[in-house]
Amino acid sequence: MNVITATNLTKTFGNFTAVDAISFAVKRGEVFGFLGANGAGKTTAIKMLIGLSKPSGGSTTVAGFDLTTQSEKIKERIGYMSQKFSLYEDLSVRQNINFYGGVYGLSRKTIRSQTARILDEVELQANANDKVGSLPLGWKQRLSFAVASVHDPDIVFLDEPTGGVDPATRRQFWEMIYAAAAGGRTIFVTTHYMDEAEYCDRISIMVAGKIAALGTPGELKQQYQANSMGEVFLRLVR
Amino acid sequence: MNGIEIENISKSYGATLALDALTFTVQPGERFGLLGPDGAGKSTLFKILTTLLIPDTGRASVAGWDVNKDFATIRRHIGYMPGRFSLYPDLSVAENLNFFATIFGTKVKANYELIRPIYEQIEPFSKRRAGALSGGMKQKLALCCALIHQPKVLFLDEPTTGVDAVSRDEFWVMLGELKKAGITILVSTPYMDEAARCERVALLQTGKILALDTPANVVNAFNQPLWAVRADNYYQLLLDLRQASFTERAEVFGEFIHLTTHTGTDRESIVAYAQSGGHGNIVVEPAKASIEDVFLALM
Repeated sequence: MNVITATNLTKTFGNFTAVDAISFAVKRGEVFGFLGANGAGKTTAIKMLIGLSKPSGGSTTVAGFDLTTQSEKIKERIGYMSQKFSLYEDLSVRQNINFYGGVYGLSRKTIRSQTARILDEVELQANANDKVGSLPLGWKQRLSFAVASVHDPDIVFLDEPTGGVDPATRRQFWEMIYAAAAGGRTIFVTTHYMDEAEYCDRISIMVAGKIAALGTPGELKQQYQANSMGEVFLRLVR
Repeated sequence: MNGIEIENISKSYGATLALDALTFTVQPGERFGLLGPDGAGKSTLFKILTTLLIPDTGRASVAGWDVNKDFATIRRHIGYMPGRFSLYPDLSVAENLNFFATIFGTKVKANYELIRPIYEQIEPFSKRRAGALSGGMKQKLALCCALIHQPKVLFLDEPTTGVDAVSRDEFWVMLGELKKAGITILVSTPYMDEAARCERVALLQTGKILALDTPANVVNAFNQPLWAVRADNYYQLLLDLRQASFTERAEVFGEFIHLTTHTGTDRESIVAYAQSGGHGNIVVEPAKASIEDVFLALM
């Protein structure tokens, strides 16, 4: 079952075509990597998929809703984690969860149970009343992911989620992603780190507004006769 | 003498010991990588070596000058590039470069040859505001600004965070070029593929060095059996392998799980274990350790 179906999704700014009729589908429970160099059109495409920017053309559904006519419905069914840390540093862990639960219109009872679940999931029970700003980067990233899922969305969009962390911390984060995907949540992720791309079930690589390649990491490496996703990427983008 | 010498450097913040009697030497002209998790002490060491922080005990010298006594001299002869973009976003590319040349009492022209290969790539945008550059171009400009006074030692604190793969590759090629100018480079990075591009690396955790050698020797020192394993249900396989009696460690590594086993474990017993867990399409192959495997084993 597909939770994202994009058919000829297009965005133009004046004479410039930022996203040029891209088509792809993402399945339920899939970890889908959305790659491209700076300026390839990734951010523009994601802004459309999360309902912040209206497509110029094409027909696309996200979580079963039409992107052009039902973008407010889509926002209720998706979570978004920005590359820039966007929890409130001066609020505690618990207050942040409460706040975002409230933004998504959850009942007090649901917020209470979600808070307990999230604190358990990111192992922050002992730090529930600490200001988020005082946490190490790895904890912040895991908490951000958990908070982006507070309303139990069908899809979570992750925009360069693990910038600047070491391999051990990065793995803790990816295991959290795998656990969410195993539970049926779809993960749509962008990253600049090609070793991280190898963690995705399937990957698309955007070049100059178009999808230049799409497949599993194994298929793409075979197709481009490369040893790593890094080589595939450099071959396509250079 | 353009190297860095660190002898028994310790630094505490209250009860937290950030650097614990650290000792090592960076050779003149060497490209040396500092690896470690958040909180390992990398930034504290950078602050001490760039004379922004005084160590509690121990001594260190940069290009032959003592970090405590000769701090003013050191500051004139080092370049520093932080991971966070810290040029002036409202000044143009050319204005930023001129500004940094001026505060070091020199002229762009006098040092242009050193930065030419890098600056030529951003020169078409010299009138653009620095804040409006792409990530890769910002990084190139920051490197030019850090080099404009011909420093003896260059400090790069996580310089490639948030930069795309092509620009990162170009950046490391540029660092290789600087070798010809004899500039010593101390670079910290959380990315292990970049560690492999240093001449020597040190793995730092909680203020101590866990390993220090060439990337090749660090990898060769890994002497446990390592396997690349996968099956249809990747995540469940990971959880199952962690319960196996032969398992030392199981870590996600892209398409495969890297499984470290006790000595004497053979391929057949791993396959049999996965089969007994109901897994399909099982692949088990011996794997060659990477610097990332070593990092995970030591952390």
